[in-house]
Amino acid sequence: MRYLPHTQEDIDAMLAKTGHASIDDLFDSIPEALKTKGPLNLPEALSEWDLNTYMEKLASSNIACKDYKCFIGAGSYDHYIPALVPYLVSRSEFATAYTPYQPEVSQGTLQGIYEFQTMITQLLGMDIATASHYDCGTALAECALIALKKDRKANKIAVSSLVHPSHRQILETYLRPTGYEIVEIGTKEGLTDPTALEAMDGIAGVAVQSPNFLGNIEDLSAFKAIAENKKILFIASFTESLAYGLLKSPGACGADLVAGEGQSLGIAKTFGGPGLGLLAGTKKLMRSLPGRFIGKTKDANGDDGYVLTLATREQHIKREKASSNICSNNGLNAMTAAMYLATVGKIGIREIAQQNHDKAVYLKTSLENAGFESVFDSPFFNEFVLKAPKGFREKRADLIQNKCVFAGMDLEPYYPKLKDHYLFCATETISKKDIDQLAKEVQ
Amino acid sequence: MNKQPGTRGLIFNEPQLWEKSREGRCAVSLPKADVERAEIAPHLMGDAPGLPQLSELDVVRHYTRLSQWNFGVDSGMYPLGSCTMKYNPKTNEVQAARQGFAGAHPLAGKEFSQGALKLMYDLEQALGEITGFPAVTLQPAAGAHGELAGMLMIHAYHAKKGKQRSKIIIPDTAHGTNPASASLCGYESVNIKSGEKGILEPATVAAVMDEDTAGIMITNPNTLGLFEENIREICDIVHAKGGLVYGDGANMNAIMGIVKPGDLGIDVLHLNLHKTFSTPHGGGGPGSGPVSVVKELIPFLPVPRIEKNRDGKDLSSYKFVTDCPDSIGRLHTFYGHFGVMIKAYSYILSMGGKGLREASQLAVLNANYIKESLKGTLNLPYDRPCMHECVFNDKYQQENHITTMDMAKRLLDYGFHPPTIYFPLVVDAAFMVEPTETESKEDIDQFIDAVKAIAKEAKLDPEKLKKAPLLTKVTRLDEVTAARKPCLRG
Repeated sequence: MRYLPHTQEDIDAMLAKTGHASIDDLFDSIPEALKTKGPLNLPEALSEWDLNTYMEKLASSNIACKDYKCFIGAGSYDHYIPALVPYLVSRSEFATAYTPYQPEVSQGTLQGIYEFQTMITQLLGMDIATASHYDCGTALAECALIALKKDRKANKIAVSSLVHPSHRQILETYLRPTGYEIVEIGTKEGLTDPTALEAMDGIAGVAVQSPNFLGNIEDLSAFKAIAENKKILFIASFTESLAYGLLKSPGACGADLVAGEGQSLGIAKTFGGPGLGLLAGTKKLMRSLPGRFIGKTKDANGDDGYVLTLATREQHIKREKASSNICSNNGLNAMTAAMYLATVGKIGIREIAQQNHDKAVYLKTSLENAGFESVFDSPFFNEFVLKAPKGFREKRADLIQNKCVFAGMDLEPYYPKLKDHYLFCATETISKKDIDQLAKEVQ
Repeated sequence: MNKQPGTRGLIFNEPQLWEKSREGRCAVSLPKADVERAEIAPHLMGDAPGLPQLSELDVVRHYTRLSQWNFGVDSGMYPLGSCTMKYNPKTNEVQAARQGFAGAHPLAGKEFSQGALKLMYDLEQALGEITGFPAVTLQPAAGAHGELAGMLMIHAYHAKKGKQRSKIIIPDTAHGTNPASASLCGYESVNIKSGEKGILEPATVAAVMDEDTAGIMITNPNTLGLFEENIREICDIVHAKGGLVYGDGANMNAIMGIVKPGDLGIDVLHLNLHKTFSTPHGGGGPGSGPVSVVKELIPFLPVPRIEKNRDGKDLSSYKFVTDCPDSIGRLHTFYGHFGVMIKAYSYILSMGGKGLREASQLAVLNANYIKESLKGTLNLPYDRPCMHECVFNDKYQQENHITTMDMAKRLLDYGFHPPTIYFPLVVDAAFMVEPTETESKEDIDQFIDAVKAIAKEAKLDPEKLKKAPLLTKVTRLDEVTAARKPCLRG
């Protein structure tokens, strides 16, 4: 096997040193009765070329192999990825390193993630950002736990019912064993209803997603005001990070904690993972945040350098009293996002975000002209809901099958009241021609 | 002695991104706007985020230079104990980058995602075979997330039985993530000590195991690199009182094809695909932490599950199932780290069953060879046959006031990444070496020579070790000030 360097001569020489007659003898400390009898029942090893053939066959039975048009977002977005991003991030000095426990030989990862933390605070208008989390849903669960642990009286967390359905499910998984409760905030015309939140008691925090799962932009400042009144933490979340190339940041709207998905920042969709959990907070909450931080410091010669810091919150030191159990995060994807943000820069992020909005507005108008019905009046970023005309379900299936066009996502499984309602998305990868073509097809 | 790999070399200074920024630069050619501009209401707009403004070459040079300050497995031997820093095959990356995988939208629907579903299903089967369990979930995003999944299942199991328990037994050799994961489920940790031989004694477990204890978390081989020989007896003790046994599979690289944890009495086990199954660590992730379970725990697995239609020969033969009333629920927004799964599956297919067994055999051979070669040079607190890693400490060097930290830093100058240091906590000032199977005898010999040379320096020139590393871009960093006055952004 090409990954295993040992010749028989090496093995013999090494066994002579260890004093064993055979490799099997090395395992003498394992009681015989516990050992596996017979070989593993796995396919025989493939050569690199046979592996290529096999994997391409699997990959090509996914529709993504074809040149498909994606009018779906819902937490995973189709964006252009500049060639330099995957090229640079695949440099093996980044990819094959461990967590930077030895800072003297990890300054690349450390400065890169420090810059990532900085750019995320710029994007979100927050004081501090962690070195990353798994995804938005798990980051949101951690934020909810922070709020619940801080508040000694309340054991409930208020969550907008327009937070991504998967994220609400993750929240439930995380909170169930410790007896914390989730109360959902109802909706009004495609937006979270602030009056419903005002009426709630005994809550430790409130979580609102904007743009919400239906694509509508929430008035985050209004929720901040209520949260402040109730003296509880306000958590803002989002699934489309490019929205904040254009919109007022969660920080500017007063968020105490932010949980976001960073997949849009140069990371391929890859069937939903690995994405990138973004987690940011106010300075006041620094020591409650979960996961790693990179900090700037000096070396013995007085030169600038970077280290993992504030580790006393973490499990390897605090064990059962740690702020979270997270150890590995999504570091290389954080590096990817940093490279993407450095590439598009201040000018690019604004223009790309604007184009997403432009295309989405054009798509909405085009579909309305083709017989779809507008449902909500709220401003949106790059996703929106339309009620489909009769026969669209069949038409949609046909478009996927025969034209490789994914025309929106059926909302009924998530919100049974929204029968025949579809969530559409348009990003900068969709051209006017694609939209005109779709509008013609569904007419 | 062979010439050591560490030497001088020109690397570059590189400022922070924003110091290079110049108003008006942009490293991306923007797509042409082909539809009308649609203004967003001014009260919703924010200022453009203050990102740096750079040209394409600025960005490329920045990250190329940064990468040159890093040490990866591709640069040299990286014997971090309990981390399994084996070679990361390049073909894994090629497979994961295929358009059909990388471009796949998670909500495209099962009819259009059969390749991804089949890969996940087959990987679950393969991991089930390797670990000896009937079912596996791939959803956890990393090892600690897998631990959480496992503990949530244990919690749900006791809840279903009608009586929740309040404690969990954790040995002193455990990873810090174990108690942290257990406390997320509200369990209080009961810490127990390993015996004189560095492994758990059944009597110690029996003394604390009661009917208010949910179970035990065991790492086997443990973090001293020793096989827990009494594992079956311990499992019996825990089971007799209605508890469950959690297996931390972080050290699975020692026993593939040799022992199946499912045969030992363990009920739930997590794996780290970024350790045992060769997917890169990426400087801290993304990882993937699949969890294997016994039959009794299958109803509690997270959703969605993947199932194969037994009768189906058509394209829809794999599907997601969410209708599992006893499930602990969802753990990830979609299905876990699919991109990492592709790499692990590529590794398993490239190795075959025989190859995986051979990998474990050679990993154990390499570790024992290092243990025997260095045991006169460094103190070996538990002088017993080890599995895939061995743990020394600085007892011999202390007379010259040289610590594990000093030796670790000096190893950098010799061109090696240091082993894991000061863990496991059960050994004072531990120096924990896990070479993995992909290091050749020559590279290991060079490492052994380097450690011996450093031990000699500790006697003859201890000051040099105190100042180490001398060849790296930066010297030892002030971590105390970093934590006291945190500066977390530029």
